[in-house]
Amino acid sequence: MNFRRLFLIATPYGWLLALFMVPFLIVLKISLSDTAVAIPPYAPTFDLSAGWAGLKELFSGLDFENFVWLTEDDLYWKSYVSSLKIAAVATFFTLLIGYPVAYAMSRARSEWRPTLMMLIILPFWSSALIRVYAWIGILSSEGYLNQVLLWLGVVDQPLTILNTQIAVYIGIVYTYLPFMILPVYASLEKLDESLLEAAEDLGCSRVSAFWRVTFPLSKPGIIAGCFLVFIPSLGEFVIPSILGGSRTLMIGKVLWEEFFNNRDWPVASAVAVVLLLILVIPIVLFQRNEEKNA
Amino acid sequence: MDNKPAPAPFAPWNDPAAVPLIRFEGVTKRFGDFTALQSIDLQIYPKEFFALLGPSGCGKTTLMRMLAGFESPTEGTIWLEGKNIAPVPPNKRPVNMMFQSYALFPHLTVWDNIAFGLRRAGQDKNTIKARVEEMLRLTRLEQFARRKPHQISGGQRQRVALARSLALGPKLLLLDEPLGALDKKLRQDTQFELMDIQEKTGTTFVIVTHDQEEAMTVASRVAVMDAGRLCQVDTPQNIYETPNSRYVADFIGEVSILEGRVAAVGEEIAIAYAEGAKPVMTRCAETVAPGQSVFYAIRPEKIWVGAEPHPDRINSVEGTIVDIGYLGDVSTYHVRLDSGQMIKALMTNAERYAASRFTWNDRVWLSWSRHAGVVLAS
Repeated sequence: MNFRRLFLIATPYGWLLALFMVPFLIVLKISLSDTAVAIPPYAPTFDLSAGWAGLKELFSGLDFENFVWLTEDDLYWKSYVSSLKIAAVATFFTLLIGYPVAYAMSRARSEWRPTLMMLIILPFWSSALIRVYAWIGILSSEGYLNQVLLWLGVVDQPLTILNTQIAVYIGIVYTYLPFMILPVYASLEKLDESLLEAAEDLGCSRVSAFWRVTFPLSKPGIIAGCFLVFIPSLGEFVIPSILGGSRTLMIGKVLWEEFFNNRDWPVASAVAVVLLLILVIPIVLFQRNEEKNA
Repeated sequence: MDNKPAPAPFAPWNDPAAVPLIRFEGVTKRFGDFTALQSIDLQIYPKEFFALLGPSGCGKTTLMRMLAGFESPTEGTIWLEGKNIAPVPPNKRPVNMMFQSYALFPHLTVWDNIAFGLRRAGQDKNTIKARVEEMLRLTRLEQFARRKPHQISGGQRQRVALARSLALGPKLLLLDEPLGALDKKLRQDTQFELMDIQEKTGTTFVIVTHDQEEAMTVASRVAVMDAGRLCQVDTPQNIYETPNSRYVADFIGEVSILEGRVAAVGEEIAIAYAEGAKPVMTRCAETVAPGQSVFYAIRPEKIWVGAEPHPDRINSVEGTIVDIGYLGDVSTYHVRLDSGQMIKALMTNAERYAASRFTWNDRVWLSWSRHAGVVLAS
């Protein structure tokens, strides 16, 4: 193997090692440590000058205490379950709204498509924090939504949306919609029109041609979109803390509180490690399955 | 020896009692300002292998898509077995189409692709299984049944597309450039396979192609199209031997065309094509008047090349060889007549190398009979 090839292969692995594996190992190590009133706020720490003996001492100081703690206080598992539920429901609604948008974009006249694409990406040009914050003005009891509903006579009392899970759903769907639309659009856009004609020619109505041909062929886009929405919304912190109020339980928020409010780095790290495992296991299983089908 | 009388040649278009399967009646199709088809009248008979031949953009694909139901005529009517098919959507027509891109469903196996139409028709499992297996046998695809379209070769994909479109037993099968994506050798083999399958199933085939050789090989009749019109609809032989226009003569095979004026009308007519040159003497089926300007079309293989005029041929003219095209089995001589026109003449290479006399810049005599060419008014 010559140097060029080695370099090409080593680059992505080096990237992963430096920016994923090493940080993960550090977090894992912290999760196995104990809290301490010190800087950094955990013990034991790795002491280079102590050499081999220091390393041995370090390992003997590690234990699974924090993971055991996660099972003992029901706040944690409730937060995980609640996060999984919120992420799953929000992903479902993102798909429900994103798919028709992507479909319409792929059916639009080709000269319109770049413009439509631009409109989908445009919100990224402003800060996500500000965009989520702006929803307070829309969803609060004196907000625009309630004003419109009251004016239309749909409701006679302002609805309480802000600081509920519904507001979190709205925030997640709104924020992550482009991540659903873009991969679904990419898979629909390359769909050969003659496949639909062939389906019609063989006896499908327009509707059944969609379910028999368009939908199965856009599955890779749907799966990619669902991952892109589900994974970040599972650990989402900004949206539930701005829109969800104190009663919305999400693991991202718990993590933040452990880290910054309680300054309990080891427990916060344990929460993060479990969160990562929750995400990694289904992804690996899914990819195994994909390889088998290919 | 069996004494069965030879079967009558298949020619329902000559039989006034024959009922056409498809009848186009004054069909015009416009896309905005563009007229794709201009008042088409055409009959296609059951069990025909009918070819629509023309350059790209001539309207042949539009004509086919109207039969499939993907386009509807702007004016006129298309009758299928005596019924106007304009209001019938594609999924309700007894017509199936084999797409140019094959349009195989990439997410389904070969088996499921072929079964697709049968399942939509709501047939029961055993019927579907029997029919799919029959189609797999017909197209020799048995061992590929479980593969996905991307796991088989181009030729196999072509056969899957054919099997899928035949599975429902359509009254009419449309083939849009079915062999366009295959290489030449495979294309030739597949042409005969197509004819074989057409004969076995007794289905009416309408094929769209821009390849005149393909149309001539497979079709019982060929419609030559240009700019949204039918130029000539006839058997391959008639189209080749007696084209009705300069366009058709030029489109089908090699031809040399002399532009001239009718000089005399007798048992043969004389066509003067150049000052001082002996007029071409030819039989002519059409009635022409002296002085009328006409085209005289002659195929290269009808011309004899020699050092002297051929004693038995009525037409002889001298010229210089400017070019020789070697095509393996034959060679084409491009000869410039002294009057300036170019004439192509064909000689088999067996003959050429036996004689081995003529080469570039040689003076040669071209001779042909009174029946060799055709007179075209347009």
